[in-house]
Amino acid sequence: MKRRSFVKGTLSASVAGLAVGAGLIPASLLAEDKKAEEAAAASKDAEATKDAEAKPAGHATSFDSTIVDSAEKSDKIKLKAPDVAENGAVVPVTVDASGLEGVTKIQIIATNNPDAIAGTFNLAEGTVAFASTRIKMGKTGPVIALVTVGDKSFKAQKDVKVTIGGCGG
Amino acid sequence: MPTMDRRTFFKFLAMGVAGSATASLPWLSAAQAETPSLYDLPQKGQARILHLTDLHGQLLPVYFREPNVNLGFGHALGHPPHVVGNALLDKLKLPKGGVEAYAYTYLDFAEAAKKYGKMGGYSHIKTLLNQLRKGAGGQKNTLTLDGGDLWQGSGTSLWTRGVDMVEASNIMGIDVMVGHWEFTYEEQEVLSNVALFKGDFIGQNVRVKEDALMADEYLEMVEKNNGLGLVDEDAGYAFNPYVIKEVGGKRIAVIGQAFPRTANANPPEFFPDWSFGLREDDMRDLVKKVRTEEKPDAVVMLSHNGMDVDIKMAENVPGIDVVFGGHTHDGMPIPVNVKNKAGNNCLVTNAGSNGKFVGVMDLDFRDGKVNMHYKMLPVMTNQLAADKEMEAYLSQMRDTKYDEKIVESRHPKRLFNPERVGKSYKEILEEKLAIADRLLYRRGNFMGTWDQILCNALREEYKADVALSAGVRWGTTTLKGDWITMEDVMNQCSMTYAETYVSDMTGKQLLDVLEQIADNLFDPDPYLQSGGDMVRAGGLDYTIDPTKPLFKRITEAKLDNGKAIDPDTVYKVAGWAVVNRTPDGRLMWDVVRDYIKANKGKDNILALPKINHPKLVNVAKNPGIADYDGDLS
Repeated sequence: MKRRSFVKGTLSASVAGLAVGAGLIPASLLAEDKKAEEAAAASKDAEATKDAEAKPAGHATSFDSTIVDSAEKSDKIKLKAPDVAENGAVVPVTVDASGLEGVTKIQIIATNNPDAIAGTFNLAEGTVAFASTRIKMGKTGPVIALVTVGDKSFKAQKDVKVTIGGCGG
Repeated sequence: MPTMDRRTFFKFLAMGVAGSATASLPWLSAAQAETPSLYDLPQKGQARILHLTDLHGQLLPVYFREPNVNLGFGHALGHPPHVVGNALLDKLKLPKGGVEAYAYTYLDFAEAAKKYGKMGGYSHIKTLLNQLRKGAGGQKNTLTLDGGDLWQGSGTSLWTRGVDMVEASNIMGIDVMVGHWEFTYEEQEVLSNVALFKGDFIGQNVRVKEDALMADEYLEMVEKNNGLGLVDEDAGYAFNPYVIKEVGGKRIAVIGQAFPRTANANPPEFFPDWSFGLREDDMRDLVKKVRTEEKPDAVVMLSHNGMDVDIKMAENVPGIDVVFGGHTHDGMPIPVNVKNKAGNNCLVTNAGSNGKFVGVMDLDFRDGKVNMHYKMLPVMTNQLAADKEMEAYLSQMRDTKYDEKIVESRHPKRLFNPERVGKSYKEILEEKLAIADRLLYRRGNFMGTWDQILCNALREEYKADVALSAGVRWGTTTLKGDWITMEDVMNQCSMTYAETYVSDMTGKQLLDVLEQIADNLFDPDPYLQSGGDMVRAGGLDYTIDPTKPLFKRITEAKLDNGKAIDPDTVYKVAGWAVVNRTPDGRLMWDVVRDYIKANKGKDNILALPKINHPKLVNVAKNPGIADYDGDLS
């Protein structure tokens, strides 16, 4: 089935920010996508290049960085994000944690954003641990996939450069 | 203009070869030197690949001065292409003072240009390709690739929206191409140009955005174009990612890589439905898949990554035999042999720009292996007759009249210029504006003399303190004492988004812009670079240390009047080629033309009072710089 007809047949609302493997879209995940979009929209940083320097590089208040710091690095998490964002307002990020058993939550964190948590996906039991969304990034910095399995946390990280346009060869 | 005759030219080449054991033209023995055999290249092996790249619309022969500043840092320090002038000739064991020095360096450019004449031009390239195809036993044993940046860069390519280049490349017999500036026309125009193109337009990293796949408009456009613009809905490929070509009885897989930073470097409004990016993982998977499923005799990558990125990708992605690279305009006569992480070798070539060179790769398949023999041939117009068919096409095309249907701007008020209506392209372009007071060039990491004219023109148009002009690597060279024509101006400015602007910026904002562009050029990781040169700043002197990190490179910025840039003071800054909005100022070529005409002296000479060469720090020992006209340490 064509992607377009699939989407049209399934949903009326836009799910542009979400693609789910194997056709499994639990209702809880769809709801979380909305939250992810809101979270992304909340990070008010479209004009970031102007005041990029003025903002401290540290973490925003709403975000407890100790959870990330204490999480264990895992190569079972495949985090996909571009080296250089084509557009800082919509940076595609894909987290494939299907290599881990019993994933209950996937979070996408852009540490240099004013609101660092760019998306949270609570997964129902039996869901493929795979999330794809687009996040807003105000400035260059790391993107972290934080994956919760029961009471344990795992992570993967990738730097994404958000740069000024123009001047191509 | 006196040019060397054919016989002397070949003698000269032969002398160069005799002077060094591993010279660039080893097939030319002393005995052959008496006959014009430079371009009679007997084929070694079964398949011959011919490579052109970064023509930038230059259908006619040009002067193009290679850079005297092409700095490399980190892994790139001291390695080609980041070696210039005599250091480059030494490194590549090329003779000094000869045609190689003229073709590959800036050395004694004015004198050499007078001696050897212009280079390139589609008519002369066509003659050369005919000869090389004949040398390979016919066109069936050859494959002709173009690495992109073909459809943009001249007045005629702009006014025909790339169509002149597509038609000419069909006459040339281009079999496969990839894109970058090709995407700076509207999507529908790109698709119709691709339809007109008789070869394959490919690129694994040009993807249709998911939003576009879920809405109707894009798919309707695809339908209107007989399916062009979408080849695989799951992968989102807008064009074929690769193509298999049978050449000399061998199966060659050509994998396409468009410029990964197109959406950063050029206005996304032209291609709202397409996404680019490096996509190294996808490239790795694709090479593996092609190797397994297609079982080709060789895998080549036709790339617009830029040379440093190509080298890194060749290290990271196993299974590619050779990369035919472009974008960074590095005319490198000897390929870089990259040792792959998987243990095999990959040759990385880069065939320069503006039609100056043809890369010739002979593939010799034996015992299940492929041996590769690479030669880069400078296209010397005084040694190659012009192809009649191509000449006829070009002359007819240039006789076309500029009319009211021309679209040369994004701005609805400036789609065409009524003053040009009714004149032929040729008539418009041959207008003489003034005589050059010095060698006018652009290419190089920092300010060029042509850029200074552009910046001066912007400052005068808007009475601006500072003017910014993009550090693109195209733009041809004008000799001292020659007339600057409208064609020269179009060669510096021709693009679909040339509207100019003036805006108020604080000193801090201005310096932040410079810093971020410097980072696109000097980030130590090639994957994080953009492949352009530093933005040109007219009316502004500054010091730059390229080895420092972001926001630490630029210091001591001051205006032409010596006043230091103050972070909180507001300055009038003029510019053009804006990627994220459409300003309503006049188009760049009109601004430049009027400036040149208004500022020439009674002797018709345009005198440039000052060139804003930035002061460079931490580069004195770098072999990527020589004979710099500004201060350095």
